Amino acid sequence: MSAKWAYALAAVITVGSVIFYVLDPTKTTSVLAFSLRYAVPLIIAAMVGIMCERSGVINIGIEGQMLMSAFAGFFGAAITGNLIAGTMIGIGTGMIMGAMLATGAVTWKMDQIIAGTIINILAAGLTSFFYAQGFRLPGVTPTVRIPLLADLPLVGPVFFNNGLFTYAAIIIALLLWLLLFKTVWGLRTRSVGEKPSASDTSGIGVQSTRFWNVTIAGGLAGLAGAYLSLEAAGTFERGFTAGRGFTALAIMIFGAWNPIGALGAAFFFGLTQGVASQLQTDAIVDIPPQFVNMLPYVLTIVLLAIVSGRIKPPAAVGRPYEKD
Amino acid sequence: MTSTREVALEARGLTKRFPGVVANDDVSLTVHRGEILALLGENGAGKSTLVKMIYGLYEPDEGELLIKGEPVRLKGPRDAIRRGIGMVHQHFQLVPVFTVAENVILGDEPHRGPFVNMRKARAEVARLSEEFGLQVDVDARVEDLPVGTQQRVEILKALYRKADILILDEPTAVLTPQETDDLLRVVKGFADSGVAVIFITHKLREVLAIADTIEVLRGGKAVGTTTPSQTDAAGLAQMMVGRTVLLTVDKAPAEPGDIVLDVVGLNAENDIGLPAVRDVSLQVRAGEILGIAGVEGNGQRELVQALTGLRPCRAEVVTVNGEDAQRRSPRAIHAMGVGHVPEDRETDGLVGGYSVADNLVLDRFDEPEFSRYGVRNRAAVDALADELVSQFDVRTPSTQTTVQSLSGGNKQKVVIARELAADPTLLIAAQPTRGVDVGSIEFIHSRIVAARDRGAAVLLVSAELDEVLGLSDRIAVMYDGEIVETMSAQDADRSRIGLLMAGHAASET
Amino acid sequence: MATTDPAQTDLGFTDPDPRRSGPLDRLPAIVIPIVSVLLAFAIGGILIWLQGVNPFEAYRVLFSDALGSVAGLERTMEKSTPLILTGLAVVVGLRAGLFNIGAQGQLLMGAVGAAWAGYNFQLPPLVHLPFALIFGILCGAAWGSIAGALRAYRNVSEVITTIMLNSIAIALVDYLASRPLKEPDQPLSRTPEIAESAALPYIGPIPSGFVLALVVAVFFGWFLVRTTQGFRFNTVGMNPSAARYAGISVKGTILLAMAVSGGLAGLGGAVETLGITGRFEPAFNIGLGFDGITIALLARANPIATIPAALLVGVLRAGSSSLQFQTGIEPEVVSVILALTLLFVSAPIVGKMLFRNRSIKQTTVTKGWGS
Repeated sequence: MSAKWAYALAAVITVGSVIFYVLDPTKTTSVLAFSLRYAVPLIIAAMVGIMCERSGVINIGIEGQMLMSAFAGFFGAAITGNLIAGTMIGIGTGMIMGAMLATGAVTWKMDQIIAGTIINILAAGLTSFFYAQGFRLPGVTPTVRIPLLADLPLVGPVFFNNGLFTYAAIIIALLLWLLLFKTVWGLRTRSVGEKPSASDTSGIGVQSTRFWNVTIAGGLAGLAGAYLSLEAAGTFERGFTAGRGFTALAIMIFGAWNPIGALGAAFFFGLTQGVASQLQTDAIVDIPPQFVNMLPYVLTIVLLAIVSGRIKPPAAVGRPYEKD
Repeated sequence: MTSTREVALEARGLTKRFPGVVANDDVSLTVHRGEILALLGENGAGKSTLVKMIYGLYEPDEGELLIKGEPVRLKGPRDAIRRGIGMVHQHFQLVPVFTVAENVILGDEPHRGPFVNMRKARAEVARLSEEFGLQVDVDARVEDLPVGTQQRVEILKALYRKADILILDEPTAVLTPQETDDLLRVVKGFADSGVAVIFITHKLREVLAIADTIEVLRGGKAVGTTTPSQTDAAGLAQMMVGRTVLLTVDKAPAEPGDIVLDVVGLNAENDIGLPAVRDVSLQVRAGEILGIAGVEGNGQRELVQALTGLRPCRAEVVTVNGEDAQRRSPRAIHAMGVGHVPEDRETDGLVGGYSVADNLVLDRFDEPEFSRYGVRNRAAVDALADELVSQFDVRTPSTQTTVQSLSGGNKQKVVIARELAADPTLLIAAQPTRGVDVGSIEFIHSRIVAARDRGAAVLLVSAELDEVLGLSDRIAVMYDGEIVETMSAQDADRSRIGLLMAGHAASET
Repeated sequence: MATTDPAQTDLGFTDPDPRRSGPLDRLPAIVIPIVSVLLAFAIGGILIWLQGVNPFEAYRVLFSDALGSVAGLERTMEKSTPLILTGLAVVVGLRAGLFNIGAQGQLLMGAVGAAWAGYNFQLPPLVHLPFALIFGILCGAAWGSIAGALRAYRNVSEVITTIMLNSIAIALVDYLASRPLKEPDQPLSRTPEIAESAALPYIGPIPSGFVLALVVAVFFGWFLVRTTQGFRFNTVGMNPSAARYAGISVKGTILLAMAVSGGLAGLGGAVETLGITGRFEPAFNIGLGFDGITIALLARANPIATIPAALLVGVLRAGSSSLQFQTGIEPEVVSVILALTLLFVSAPIVGKMLFRNRSIKQTTVTKGWGS
């Protein structure tokens, strides 16, 4: 999304939020809070996509990585009786799946979309096969309330009274922005994604950069999956991730492969879902529930259709690096 | 005197093999401090491979490399850079979306902890730019810069890393004759300050102008070492190809007929929307070859694309044999009797995974001769393929072989065979002998001349001035999107054309 | 002065062209899928063994149930029919350089469309059946065209749009079956039963839908190799620039390929409705879309080879319920085995194991985000 459209949209949302807050503070706050919570896994997953694509690797397998990690995190926490252990297991699983994609796409130079699809199918199969009923989490993830800030009108309850994962998501987005655009690692990573031959001739290891970035990004996917099963839902079901991994890719594109842009885009997505749910609950309009379910997907397609061609992805994305 | 200077770099018996070909076979060379060694050879002779080994991009299969007297095993460009080797690549290795400063420091960034110290970086690059007389704007995005400036950035990259052995791979391929002279002067300056220079080129003129020593490669082997005082252009050419080469093309004088291609006031934009062709007018008659001379990047590509229906354009007149050719699809223009040998044969002219036969009918696959009711007539296709392969001397195991596995020259012959087989009234040939071995070049030239003798009008676009001068009956010079002058071949003066190619208006000469 | 990178799709398959080369060149094309399948079975066997069941026994149950009786064969054929068609859908897309992950959604649209055409009209049998089939095909084709148009005219990657459209289709058909098309006077979300005149008959134990799928597979095998339109598909898939140059409309071909691809998947859904279930009921056969991808890649994008590949998957799926019943092994083990098969077919693991340095061509579809 080009800068001026983004600012315009942000302005509209801000003004709209204030107006609705004045009209009905409780409902507005709850919609916004819902939106943020909905956005959290999308934010983290979009960061996964950004890390991979900025390095030049397409990661279609975020969905499968999240699913596998949600599974591992949930059962890990239930079996060990420890939420932190569960989270670590989730992140670790994500990193293993990230390494799988890295091996396939970078080391073996497989077609990246096929490699990602394989991860998705494998994750779906394995989580279904090993799924067992009757496990419960040892507890609930704590909600942290930041004093003073949480008392601010409107923004307080929405932004400063949340679970740990939510704060983590926002911090990670800001951190990734800093890393990508201000550090040596970021400069080199971006060069690998834009023109790997230039990186190679400058003495930067293209394959190793891609491999480690994709692997670590998998760890982030693990965090997103762990969030879903540990904080958001408190459970695990087959097919749990429900396409969020793909929506995250669309968010990455809308955000122009920029972590802050993706942060905004994810929140916008959450907002549409929140508003639609609220409209349905209030029965203002008779929307069949299936159409509310469809909304994020339709929105993705519409926005992609508008935005495609106007935003440039990293130039070398999707192509395995061959020294010629 | 070279013998009194210390040896900067020595290669002994370097060999590099790739599947199916020996790119370098037992090559040895020596470069001294302050010496300019020209590495000469035609396409595919192994020059690039050799320097890539020196730069650490490839590992030699045999032989050894000594840098400043010390034998080394380079495990990558990092090692080479650390030992003072810098490389200016033929195809620039710059990140288009980064700034000049970011490109120069990439891989060797000044930093405070994990953070890049951009202020220091920009200052350092600006200082180097001043010191060596290579003007650049450190904050400009490289993709916005003209080609000549981009090359300066490439050079600054090497200087930033304090290279004292500098390799330049075909640096003048994209420069005008005047920019070339500027570059050669800068390179001589480097040598005078003690840098050892390896200068790769296939242009004899440059070699004779600045080299201290000349090393000639042919077919992967080193075939001779000499100096400018001991040889001349003809001698060097002979070393390059191994037999007496016709530097000119044998042809009878032209007998031009009616106007076939008439273009008046053509305008077109390039891929990023900037004007590339400005108000161009030209005419090509039957039985003549009009050659467009010019450095690549001055609108020739866009002009050819506009004329063949691959790029939208606006013009007062574009007619082929009197018929309006504007806003027509490539297929429709082809049907008007226009043959096109595209600049980028792999991308535009051939389907690599298809057989030679299928490529030969690529433009006609659904015509009644080769298909009926949507079903392809394989027998007819193969019959035509057999005929064309023998007529055009395409070296291939069979007509069913995938075109990908053919050599560059034979691939080009497939394209030319296809275009000429349709007996076009207008043939547009863009860079027809790029990347083609010398033997095939002669063949392709003779076929173009034969088409012209048969009455076709030929529009030739080439960055090789010698090719344009040798083949054309009339020459048009293109600079910055405009045709600056048109002249007959007899009146063509090489140095004058060089000036025109660089934008010096006729009145200034 | 950057050299342009040709956006080529290298499918790594060998066309059944007899004049190409001798038997040795064809060997690698078949060997890799076979070895991949065997390897996947081996690892699946380990998983089964870990659950305390003898893998050979488990596989015996699986195969004998699917193939060992007339009823079993019938079920296998029934299950394989939509698999052949969704596999073909993906193959046709791959040939044109498109990765159609949306076969599942297109299948659902075809299924519900055929159901509606089947129950909502009264037509003589000779007309009703073809009408319902064609209507189902058109529904699938329309659904596929959405992604096709977005790719052709807005350059949006069909990978994301088809996945989105899958989810939209699932929700949409659920809505249709629960409200406008719902069978009245009963609580379940499903359409009324189709009329007798629209049903696909059985020829003895053989479902005519199965025969239809075989015919369609053979047709596309011929189509892609011998027709001018097939030539256009292949050319666009291999080199869109050269295709444009050859006078082929790249955008039109992409749109047509996605429409045909969607239509094939739609046919799969239609056949399922008209031949087997007799009505449309949502939440059936969710996995078929991904199976189509596995089949297409196992078949190395060769339409005729989708038949044995689909039969393999069909056997596994048909026998898996019996497997659970007799040995307690979850039917999802089949999903795992198929996922592993896909992994081995696409990753150079098997290739490297068997052929060392021979550079085996890999299947490639990616060109970045639709560049």
